[in-house]
Amino acid sequence: MSSIAETFRRLQANGEKAFIPFLTAGDPSIEITEQLILELDRIGADIIEIGIPYSDPLADGPTIQEAALRALNAGVRMPHVLEMVRRLRPQVKASLVLFTYANPVFQWGVERFFETAREIGADGVIIPDLPLEESQEALAAAARNGVDLVPLVAPTSQQRISKLCAQGQGFIYCVAALGVTGVRETVNEDLPQIVANVKQHTDLPVAVGFGVGSPEQAEIIGRYADGVIVGSALVKRVAPIADALAAGDLELLEAKKRELVEFAASLKAPLRQSRAGV
Amino acid sequence: MSTTTPDQRGRFGNFGGKFVPETLMNALEQLERDYETYTKDPEFIAQLRYYLNVYSGRPTSLYYAKNLTEQLGGAKIYLKREDLNHTGAHKINNCLGQGLLAKMTGKKRVIAETGAGQHGVATATVSALLGLECTVFMGEEDIERQKLNVFRMKLMGAEVVPAKSGTRTLKDATNEAIRHWVEHVEDTFYIIGSVVGPHPYPMIVRDFQRIIGDETREQILELEGRLPDTIVACVGGGSNAMGIFYPFVNDESVKLIGVEAAGKGIDTEEHAATITLGRPGIIHGSLTYLLQDEYGQVQPAHSISAGLDYPGIGPEHAHLAETKRATYLPITDDEALDAFQMLSRVEGIIPALESSHAIAQVVKLAPTLPKDHIIVVSLSGRGDKDVHSVAQALGGIDV
Ligand SMILES: Cc1ncc(COP(=O)(O)O)c(C=O)c1O
Repeated sequence: MSSIAETFRRLQANGEKAFIPFLTAGDPSIEITEQLILELDRIGADIIEIGIPYSDPLADGPTIQEAALRALNAGVRMPHVLEMVRRLRPQVKASLVLFTYANPVFQWGVERFFETAREIGADGVIIPDLPLEESQEALAAAARNGVDLVPLVAPTSQQRISKLCAQGQGFIYCVAALGVTGVRETVNEDLPQIVANVKQHTDLPVAVGFGVGSPEQAEIIGRYADGVIVGSALVKRVAPIADALAAGDLELLEAKKRELVEFAASLKAPLRQSRAGV
Repeated sequence: MSTTTPDQRGRFGNFGGKFVPETLMNALEQLERDYETYTKDPEFIAQLRYYLNVYSGRPTSLYYAKNLTEQLGGAKIYLKREDLNHTGAHKINNCLGQGLLAKMTGKKRVIAETGAGQHGVATATVSALLGLECTVFMGEEDIERQKLNVFRMKLMGAEVVPAKSGTRTLKDATNEAIRHWVEHVEDTFYIIGSVVGPHPYPMIVRDFQRIIGDETREQILELEGRLPDTIVACVGGGSNAMGIFYPFVNDESVKLIGVEAAGKGIDTEEHAATITLGRPGIIHGSLTYLLQDEYGQVQPAHSISAGLDYPGIGPEHAHLAETKRATYLPITDDEALDAFQMLSRVEGIIPALESSHAIAQVVKLAPTLPKDHIIVVSLSGRGDKDVHSVAQALGGIDV
């Protein structure tokens, strides 16, 4: 059983839902990302998505675009992120998932990328611009290396859902809203229906992401999904950390880190209560 | 041998495909079906014909550039006058096609990206004509370089949205357009301006632009009784080049030359010479040649001409380059500026800076060839939009 499957199994046994935070690696420095990931693990993050910064992040809104830019401007590239994951692996309980656009994977080499992922101890990979039709090589490489290639299902997927689920590994990433990443005021009304529809096609856990920004939203989604993914709302709270770092204000930097971690803990809280049968 | 249509997966040989978020996959599949249906529909064909001829003024002439030929003293040079189209460039051919497709499939709203502003203007024009709501994404830097075109678009009722991310040029305008499309995919038609993007766009844009090559073929056979020896066209994304090349791809005797922007030189960091200096990679949904660093981060392109300032190239060109059916050569900003002035003086035709790159290549090539060698150049657009920035680049010219 993969580490991701194991994580969901454990949660289900306890009647919990997965909290899946996302951070862009190297924003504002590898060192700070590393500290934040240790903290997220400590407050109970179940799976941590680690974004590899990219120059042209097509699926991301302004918040994560800016994070990627901060990381790239700090000189962070693929090898730095992979080495960070290698260091973190023995120190964290959470499953670690790499989030990367397709081109950096192609340049690294698809087979080599999944080999490296296994070697450093990454449990899964998400590639938002690699739809199923372009995934055969990556799916095979992922399977050979025991790393899950997590598929995305969108509100527009409709009749594609069954084939997406059939090839899914790890869990299904259910995109909550049309559009790019970014916090949204309200959760899509059709979401419970979409998740139920996905669940008809798969026994894999279904996690919901894109636009989730508050403990209230996490609580609502946790009622019907197996996990809640939070990206932009966390990354937004990295920006003041970056500012404090740039200003050399270490006290402020620590304070802002604490704020982010507290916010993350508030997102995990509603997912802890047993909701089995609700 | 070059394949003439993309395969099932939208690949031209090793290039192309659909590297987009899942959210867009259904829309692309639908577009493929709609394209198949409507381009076989006599009503669609008749309307497109009508607008191309009566609204845009096709066929455009194939003009024997006698003065230029004599001045260069070698090959016989013909100009395919896409600059004579309504709105001043070849871009309208594609916009009329995609605009009609949007209209007939019931979309009320279109979006587009633009570099030089020519595609944005053509999209705004067709939107006004067909009663479609229109939003154009344009890099902040290009808005500065191409103010006149921004004003044109607004005059025709389009909204122009500045792209502020990344290098603030065509690449980023395209990113913004795709991001916007992901959010509004259910009611919005994305009119891509070149033979780039995910399948089926490179095929659709090529098919709507092949009229350049189809007319050229008919005209040169009438004028010279034979096919040309060489065809030269500038390549940004590659739509005017693909349009004029395509009907000749299977005529092995016809040499195809695409001209890339070398900016300040291919030995500098500031260029847009994608095939000369790029490697296969993914940009805007397509696997193609790309300017990138060793880890796949996209590198900013540079060209004095906003329409060529792009770090990628259409996947069919990547395929023509890999199979050596076409050759791609770099021309610098300075060489393009010289050609811009030369064609203006010698023929009384002010070419677009983009097209000036093709002219510059002909200026190098023609003197080395015999007088019975026929070159056709795609004069993709007129230079009115560029006179201001050329005056600035040359310095000291009062306008
Ligand atoms: C006049 C003209 N020629 C050429 C181009 C480059 O585009 P393509 O390579 O798609 O023909 C542009 C783009 O804006 C243009 O305006």
